[in-house]
Amino acid sequence: MPEVRYVKAIADALAEEMARDERVIVLGEDVGAPGGTFGATRGLYQQFGKERVRDTPISETAIVGAAIGAAVAGLRPVVEVMFMDFIATCWDQVVNQMAKMRYMFGGQVRLPLVVRTHTGAGLNAGPQHSGSLEAWAVHVPGLKVVMPATPADAKGLLKAAIRDDNPVLVLENKTLYAMKGEVPAGEHVTPLGRAEVRRGGSDVTIVALSRMVGEALRAAETVAAEGISAEVIDPRTLAPLDRDTILASVAKTGRLVVAHEAWAPCGVGAEIIALAAEHRGAPRVPRGASEGGGVWGAMSGPPTLMVRRVTPPHTPVPFSPPMEKLWLPDAARIAAAVREVMG
Amino acid sequence: MREPTRDQALRIYRTMHLIRRFEERVAECFAAAEIPGFIHLAVGQESVPATVCALLERDDLVGATHRGHGQVLAKGAEPRRVMAELFGRATGYCRGKGGSMHLCAMDLGVLGTNGVVGANLPIAVGTALAAQVRATRQVTVGFFGDGAANTGAAHEALNLAAVWDLPVVFVCENNLYAEFTPQAVHTKGTSIAARAAAYGMRGVQVDGNDVPALFDAAAEAVDAARSGAGPTLLEAMTYRWRGHHEGDPMAYRAKDELEAWRAKDAIPRFRAWLVERGMLAADEDERLVGAVAAEVDDATEFARRSPWPAPEAALEDVHA
Repeated sequence: MPEVRYVKAIADALAEEMARDERVIVLGEDVGAPGGTFGATRGLYQQFGKERVRDTPISETAIVGAAIGAAVAGLRPVVEVMFMDFIATCWDQVVNQMAKMRYMFGGQVRLPLVVRTHTGAGLNAGPQHSGSLEAWAVHVPGLKVVMPATPADAKGLLKAAIRDDNPVLVLENKTLYAMKGEVPAGEHVTPLGRAEVRRGGSDVTIVALSRMVGEALRAAETVAAEGISAEVIDPRTLAPLDRDTILASVAKTGRLVVAHEAWAPCGVGAEIIALAAEHRGAPRVPRGASEGGGVWGAMSGPPTLMVRRVTPPHTPVPFSPPMEKLWLPDAARIAAAVREVMG
Repeated sequence: MREPTRDQALRIYRTMHLIRRFEERVAECFAAAEIPGFIHLAVGQESVPATVCALLERDDLVGATHRGHGQVLAKGAEPRRVMAELFGRATGYCRGKGGSMHLCAMDLGVLGTNGVVGANLPIAVGTALAAQVRATRQVTVGFFGDGAANTGAAHEALNLAAVWDLPVVFVCENNLYAEFTPQAVHTKGTSIAARAAAYGMRGVQVDGNDVPALFDAAAEAVDAARSGAGPTLLEAMTYRWRGHHEGDPMAYRAKDELEAWRAKDAIPRFRAWLVERGMLAADEDERLVGAVAAEVDDATEFARRSPWPAPEAALEDVHA
C-alpha cells in the first residue's frame, strides 16, 4: 500500500469526490488559490476552478449558513472552518440550523454537507487555536462527528462523510497532518459508525480519540512489557458511536481507560464510561445499540468495572512549550492509568 | 415605473387579505388556547411579502422570519397546512415538528421560518449559491426585520452575497421595532438600505405600504438577481399593528403612533389604486373578501379536525 501523509489523504479524498460528483463544492477561508492554511485543499482550485472551490471572507456564520442553504438546494458542500475553536463563531448555524433543520421541518429537507475543521494542541498555537471541542458536537442530535487518527481514515471517513445525506463534522488533528501512513490504493471509503480495534488485548480496554490513538498504542506497548494485555479501540466516529465494539471489549476486560485531548467534564470519555457503567453486571449487553435501541446479544456485561480518564487539566491550552507539554496527555500518562485500573 | 399586471395586482390584493384574515384568526385561536407555544403576527405588514412574492416563480426560494406566516402564505403555501402546523397537528407542513417559527414548505421553496433572528439570511445566501453554481436562474428572497439588520449573520450574509454576485434579494420589513425596542434605540442611522452601498450592492428604501412603489422596486431587484446582476437590499418601511408576540401589552409605544399607521394601511390604499384603474369592481371586491374569509374558516376547521401526531413521531427525522 502506498504511504500518504494525512493532509494529502484529505486533499485526495476531496479531489476524488469532486471528480465523482459535480455537486460537491468546497468553501472556506484560503481554501482556493492558496490551497488551505495547512494544504488540505491544495490543487483543488487548479483542478476544479473558482466556481466549485471558493475562497470566502472571514465569515464563519455566512460560510456555514451558505453551505446549509446550498445543501438544501441540491449541492453537497464541504466547508472548512479553519480551527475548531472558531466554530464558536458560527455555532448557531451548526446547532440551531444545520442539526435541527431536518427534524423541525418534519423530514422535508436533506442536508448532505460536511464541516471540516481541526483540533489539537502541541503546536504552541495557544488557547484559541488548539481546542478539541468534539463533545460540544456529539452532544447535539442531528450531527454526525468523526475524528480520524490515521491517513487512511482521514481519507476514508471524509469520503464517507461527503456521501452521507446528513451533516457530518470531520474533526482532523492538525498535529497529524504530517503523519505518514498506508492508505489503500483506489476507492477507499471508511463507513461511518464503526470503531477499529487498533490492538487486541484481554486485560484492559483503552478507548482513545484522534492523536491519543497513537499515544495509546505506545502505552499498550509499554505495559505489554510488564505483562499487561491492553486492547486499543479507536471509535473513529463519535456520533453515532459504535457502542457494540466498546461494550464487547469492556465485557471482556472489565477495565476501561479513556484518553482524549478534550477536557474531562462531560467529555466523550465520560460518555463512554457512563455507557460501560450502564452495562456493568448486565446479563446481556444490547447489540446494535449505537442509536440507543437494538436487540440483546450473547455478551455479558462485566461484573465489575474499573475506569480512569486521561485528559488534560481543566484549563485553556497554554501557549509556552513547557506548559503545553504538561497540559497534553501522552503515552506515559495513559500507561500510568492502565496500571491503576490493573490495581 | 413597472406596474403589476391585473393578474399580479389582484393576486397581491387577495394575498394581503388572506394574510390579514389568517393572522387575525391565529390571534383568536391562540387566545382561545387552541394554538400552543409562541406566536408572532405580521398584521399591518402584509403588503411586503404579498408584493415581493407575486414576482417569484414557483421554484424560487424564500427564507422567512419568525414573523413569517405571511411570507409562507404569499409563496403559495396552503392555509390549511399552515394552520394545522400552528395547531401542532399531524397534517401540518412539518407534521407538527416545527410550529410557527419553523414552518417549512420545501416543495414551494419555503426554506422555513426561523426562530433565530437573522439566521435565515446566510441560508438564503446558500440557496442562491446553489442556483448560481447550477445555473438554474432561481432567485432567493431573504426576509428580515430592522432587528435582524443588526445581527452579525446579516452582515456576513450581505457581504458574501455581494462579493459573489448571488441571485438573492434581501427584503427588510422595517416595522420600526426590534421586539420591544424602537429603531431609534437600536440603530443610529435611519436607513438600513443605505448600508447597501458599503457592501457594493443596490439599496432601495421604499414605503412598504405603497404596493405599486414596492412592486416597482422589488421587480427591479428580482430581475437583477435573475439576470445575474447580483443582490439588492430592499428596505420596505411598514409597521406592526400587534405586539412582538401575542400577549405583549405593547407598553412601549404610544397609541397615536398605531393610529397613524392604521391610517396608512396598505389594503385600502391598494384597493383605491385597483378601483381607480378599473381592475376591481365593488362586487368583485366583496366576492374576493368573502372567498378569503371562507378559506381561512376552512383552514381553521381543517386544523381543528386534524389528528395530533403520534407521540412516537418525536423520534423520527433526526437523520436522513
